Amino acid sequence: MNPAPSVILFSTLSGLGFGFLAFLGFGVLVPSGWAAFFLWGLGYGLAVAGLLAATFHLGNPKNGLKAFSQWRTSWLSREAWASVGTLLLLAPVALSDWLGLGLPRTFGWPGAALALGTVFTTGMIYAQIKAVPRWHHWLTPVMFLTFALAGGALLAGSALAPLALVVAGGVLLALWRVGDGAFARAGQTMGTATGLDRIGTPWVFEPAHTAGNYLLREMIHLVGRKHAQKLRWIALTLAAILPALVLLLPLGWPGLALAAVLHLAGVLAARWLFFAEAEHVVGLYYGARG
Amino acid sequence: MNDQPKIDLSRPVSDEIRQTTCYMCACRCGINVHLKSGVVTYIEGNRDHPINKGVLCAKGASGIMQVTAPSRLKAPLRRVGPRGSGAFEVISWEEALTTAVSWMKPLRETAPEKLAFFTGRDQSQSLTGWWAQNFGTPNYAAHGGFCSVNMAAGGIYTIGGAFWEFGQPDWERTKLFVMFGVAEDHDSNPIKIGLGKLKERGARVISINPIRTGYSAVADDWIGITPGTDGLLILSLIHCLLEAGQVDLDYLAQWTNAPLLVNGAEGAEKGLFVRNAESQPFVIDKTSGHPAPWDGKGVQPDLGAEWQGNRTVFRHMVEEYLKPDYAPEAVAARCGVTALRIRQLAAELAEVAFDQAITLDRPWTDFRGNKHAGMPGRPVSFHAMRGISAHSNGFQTARALHLLQIILGAVETPGGYRLKPPYPKPIEAHPTPHFVTTPGKPLTGPHLGYVRGPDDLCLLPDGSPARIDKAFSWENPFSAHGLMHMLIPNAHAGDPYRIDTLFLYMANMAWNSSMNSARVMEMLTETGADGEYLIPRIIYSDAYASEMVAFADLILPDTTYLERHDCISLLDRPISEPDAAGDAIRWPVVEPDREVRCFQSVLLDLGARLGLPGMVAEDGSPKFKDYADYIVNHQRRPGVGPLMGFRGDGTATGRGAPNPEQMASYIENGAFHQAHVPEEAAFMKPWNAAYQDWAVKLGLYETPQPYLFNIWSEPMRRFQLAAEGFGPRQPPDHLRARLKQAMHPLPIWYAPFGDEDAAFGYTVHALTQRPMDMYHSWGSQNAWLRQIRGRNSLFLPTKIWEAQGFMEGDWARVSSRAGVITVPVAHMAALNENTVWTWNAIGKRKGAWGLDADAPEATTGFLLNHLISELLPDKAEHGGHRLSNSDPITGQAAWFDCRVRVERVAAEDLSRDEVQPAFAPLPDPPRAGGGRDNSSAKNWAQNFRRKFVDVEGSDR
Amino acid sequence: MTALPQTTDRKLGLVIDLDTCVGCQACVTACKGWNDQGGGLSDQDPYGADPSGTFLNRVHSYQVAVPDAPPQIVNFPRSCLHCEDAPCVTVCPTGASYKRAEDGIVLVNPDSCIGCGLCAWACPYGAREMDADQGVMKKCTLCVDRIYNDTLPEEDREPACVRTCPTNARHFGDFADPDSKVSKLVAARGGYDLMPDMGTKPTNKYLAPRKKGPGEASLLAPLLDIKATGVAGWLDKMLGKLPG
Repeated sequence: MNPAPSVILFSTLSGLGFGFLAFLGFGVLVPSGWAAFFLWGLGYGLAVAGLLAATFHLGNPKNGLKAFSQWRTSWLSREAWASVGTLLLLAPVALSDWLGLGLPRTFGWPGAALALGTVFTTGMIYAQIKAVPRWHHWLTPVMFLTFALAGGALLAGSALAPLALVVAGGVLLALWRVGDGAFARAGQTMGTATGLDRIGTPWVFEPAHTAGNYLLREMIHLVGRKHAQKLRWIALTLAAILPALVLLLPLGWPGLALAAVLHLAGVLAARWLFFAEAEHVVGLYYGARG
Repeated sequence: MNDQPKIDLSRPVSDEIRQTTCYMCACRCGINVHLKSGVVTYIEGNRDHPINKGVLCAKGASGIMQVTAPSRLKAPLRRVGPRGSGAFEVISWEEALTTAVSWMKPLRETAPEKLAFFTGRDQSQSLTGWWAQNFGTPNYAAHGGFCSVNMAAGGIYTIGGAFWEFGQPDWERTKLFVMFGVAEDHDSNPIKIGLGKLKERGARVISINPIRTGYSAVADDWIGITPGTDGLLILSLIHCLLEAGQVDLDYLAQWTNAPLLVNGAEGAEKGLFVRNAESQPFVIDKTSGHPAPWDGKGVQPDLGAEWQGNRTVFRHMVEEYLKPDYAPEAVAARCGVTALRIRQLAAELAEVAFDQAITLDRPWTDFRGNKHAGMPGRPVSFHAMRGISAHSNGFQTARALHLLQIILGAVETPGGYRLKPPYPKPIEAHPTPHFVTTPGKPLTGPHLGYVRGPDDLCLLPDGSPARIDKAFSWENPFSAHGLMHMLIPNAHAGDPYRIDTLFLYMANMAWNSSMNSARVMEMLTETGADGEYLIPRIIYSDAYASEMVAFADLILPDTTYLERHDCISLLDRPISEPDAAGDAIRWPVVEPDREVRCFQSVLLDLGARLGLPGMVAEDGSPKFKDYADYIVNHQRRPGVGPLMGFRGDGTATGRGAPNPEQMASYIENGAFHQAHVPEEAAFMKPWNAAYQDWAVKLGLYETPQPYLFNIWSEPMRRFQLAAEGFGPRQPPDHLRARLKQAMHPLPIWYAPFGDEDAAFGYTVHALTQRPMDMYHSWGSQNAWLRQIRGRNSLFLPTKIWEAQGFMEGDWARVSSRAGVITVPVAHMAALNENTVWTWNAIGKRKGAWGLDADAPEATTGFLLNHLISELLPDKAEHGGHRLSNSDPITGQAAWFDCRVRVERVAAEDLSRDEVQPAFAPLPDPPRAGGGRDNSSAKNWAQNFRRKFVDVEGSDR
Repeated sequence: MTALPQTTDRKLGLVIDLDTCVGCQACVTACKGWNDQGGGLSDQDPYGADPSGTFLNRVHSYQVAVPDAPPQIVNFPRSCLHCEDAPCVTVCPTGASYKRAEDGIVLVNPDSCIGCGLCAWACPYGAREMDADQGVMKKCTLCVDRIYNDTLPEEDREPACVRTCPTNARHFGDFADPDSKVSKLVAARGGYDLMPDMGTKPTNKYLAPRKKGPGEASLLAPLLDIKATGVAGWLDKMLGKLPG
């Protein structure tokens, strides 16, 4: 799949944002005054920036409001509801923290839960796609959730953050491991894609057009195995291992900031791989696999 | 589920449908052109049209992109810079025509042959030929010489009709259809429709072709023959059939020259038919044992007769083909086909022809007056095109295939191969070539014709060729379509003489329509010692900015196919079907929006300005207002004009006075007209009295023309006799040996001349095929078609691929004795193991056709033409003469003889990702521009505006 | 809206005969022409170095290694299969993507589409292409604006690709009707689904190439031993056969 900057930024930033908002909502961190303004602002900022980035992925965002209509079947529609719901539900809590209105923390729980729900819907958008076997696995939403939690914990300065980062790294490893065999397990080949396995073993003679097209740009992205391997190490190190180590060092706020920056860079790399390594079965028609 | 959006399911397609004829290839399908407010919005096939019956190919269905292509020329141009530099100025039509006349008029008055007028994919040859005839130059032809004249001439000399689109299998009844070397050639949509019918009935299709694509891909069996050996395979099949006695003796005895007696006496008559006192050949009647007229009623010709030492054609034929040289085991290695496969194929042919024979219950009377209760049918049919035609043994190979059809009794019989009016037509009904020039006067007859013997050659008194292309000379006596591919090389070399003005129409000679294109481009720009161009003047007419435009001195811009009149005439290449004669028109369904004119109207205008006979009225004014006026009012013979329909008072067909309402009637009738062959005349046409009478009534000829199929070709034997030293007209010595070999009166096989290159290390055959979605170079200017095929690879067979360790993304250096190209390659398994090939004419020169200079057509698209020499290699026995790389009989360009060497160039070793040879970009001539909108996809600001700012919905 | 209909009254779709398709690309441009009218399917850089455009139907070409037979070439048209369990429909957040209850045709309503591309991701067959100019998803409509179009002659109420196909390799009809031409073809020739394991239940069916190879006629026996008898013997035997 095409690792488009808009979708990478969206899932990274909004994942981190909603994760952090969940921590704020649950009251793991209860800031007040201008600190609250900035921390809630950070959570909201990340979440909204992610959502804005996503609109750049849309071909026709003018119809955006209609995306709320199909929550019964569409995970993307559910995500729309969940994200907006989260932002609305947490608003009173955020205001309360900023302005010291003293709203009980329990008011934050539904919003916090919905923030995690939002991340889950994001994961499900990918996990539901049977045509991309690497994504089509329960570990996909788990990965999104653990990263949101780890990122949130990190930003919240939670003592559990190093552990959460290690867990997220473990899930990432597991997803890679499972994902690497997923396409083969799905059992689809050029033979099944064309049905020509009935008569023999097909391979490409000529592509449908010599010119490029949307499918090739959007769904068929080949990434070199060596290149991917290198990037995986970078992603894992930056997203989980290094921030966890930095957090264990007594560096205070600068350490936290450094860990956050490293984590963000690592997640961006991991998300790039999440898309770039995902093979769509439509590639079979073009001989991109199988 | 009732909240589905409401959509308009009955949106009217257009305000108006105008029916005309497609011109995206030579098929000439009927089209419905939809217009909204006068603008073309959609094109589809015309269901009532006899050629396409509603279907349309990829090209036809994207005609709208052709009509709007930015490559369209927009006004007459005059060269201002050096030739080839592309520096032009726009001039008025008056100035353009005055200039052309000022060049042509002195030539006509002094030396008409100094004007050479050649047309490319011209569909108006009966006009262009007539114009050249009246100008008085012998130098006229269209593109058939490099297209497929071997098929046309081989067929006409043998069965009085040919493949191309001049006949077709009896699609309704044939049970086995065998194709030799057929790709997307003539007749494309009808063949596809026919294949569909066969597939629907489960009839069997066999393809013999080195390359398995397209029609070969769906064939039930594929034989990946070695190029150039089809004739040998066919003669081996004939051997097998004769050996087993599986031949149609009755058919041979009645409808062919098999029972005619061949003179066996040594001397100048040897090998010619024995003739009686009335100069008629005759047969021996089996019942009496005495000579009897070949066309006598009730005569039973004796195929095996030997009379006064003269044996029948049949005996000669049997003796030849029963030779062990033709046994499958003897030819297998050469053909690249196992002996078993050949024997299987022979068995299959015999089984279908004889064990599955059919009979149509249609009584008919033959030309002898014999009555027949029914029409026996041999449901096996064949088609062949360039794969056998574009070799230097193509004429004889085409003849061999017709002989195979004949011995199976499968021509003009139900289930077999059927000819379309005006065919069948024997060579006797065709003119001989005319060439004698008289300053200020027309030629005495048409240029192109069918030579009966050395007397008909176009030679000057000193024996040298009279035509610039050397057509109808000893080098290629039966060159019925001329040799357009030799025009520029000969004019450049001054061999046989120098010309002054080259007048070309729709022929991309500076690129894909020439062999050795790189050298031809140089020939067009080279100057002599006096600093003048060796070809002093070039006038060119085309609708588009082709590569040739840059090399012309004067450009006469033509219209696109929807902006013009045309007639698809019975005088030329009509749209007939076996069951109906048919012709058609084009008419301007939209008016041109730029300073362009229908070339044929321009030609008539030039003719009037030059005062050519037939083009000026008695008062000296132009006789025809434009091409449409000519189409309606010109009469080639009294009562016979370009169009057969709606003549006289509007009800006459074939013969009748010109009818001013004719064009309107055609338009009303869907732009075509048909005259149906009566049912009893639909088969056995060459011998069927009812057909002959119908053809005369329609005006196809003036008297019935029954004839026998020519297994033994007397015209060929006459040339062999000359080569043996008999007769007053003698060939030059350097051509004697090859005339003796090639002009064998029976179909024979000899190795293609290109095979000699193998001795120099060029062992691999190199071929091209025309893709079904492109018509020569035209498709690349079409925004839709060029997405389908905007670049090409050289396909390599597994053996070569693996031997040299080729990998995906590699290129190859491909060399021949004519040149070297470096091109991308791809692996293809379904390919003869010693053959490489690519798609034809995808490669473009940078800057041509209105494409950006970095278009893939110009950077990775390539031509094989650079590897094909227009001349045979110099050899001592040629005595210093330049011999064209052509069939020695017809002059057909032998581009499939090409032999190459292939060497791997790894992707990483490429200096740059560009094919070699690379040519400098051509400057962009003034042209219409416009065309398909380039959308905003890459324009970020525009895109942002559309996405977020503009409020109206999507465009549609 | 993006819930799939429980059942559809009719199941309209195509049968594509791979034994007959010669790969001529006619259906590709006929489709483009019909659906483009008024600029429906845009092209980018149409005369430049990197042309690209929206097509709803594309024809691939494959080589096939066949056991004990020469390799084959198979031309393979690919377009929307109008699946019964169309994953492209259920993922759509706006309801733009829907399957018609009356005939099962899967469509996109451009007025609702936000161009998120998720439906194209969900489709295993590459049936959907985002129009780069309009930013909305495009797909085969089975020419819904032809097949019910009162302004067209009855015989023309079929998809443009079917109408134009020169070899008649494409057939249009109702798979819910066991007596329809398409149902009969599928039954007779073993019409199959593409990637059935994807669980999409495609409506369109493909017919596999028929078995290819030499014919079964028994080899011809020589009339006699020509080496022994010479051509004269052959003539005697042969011409003796001719009725007097």
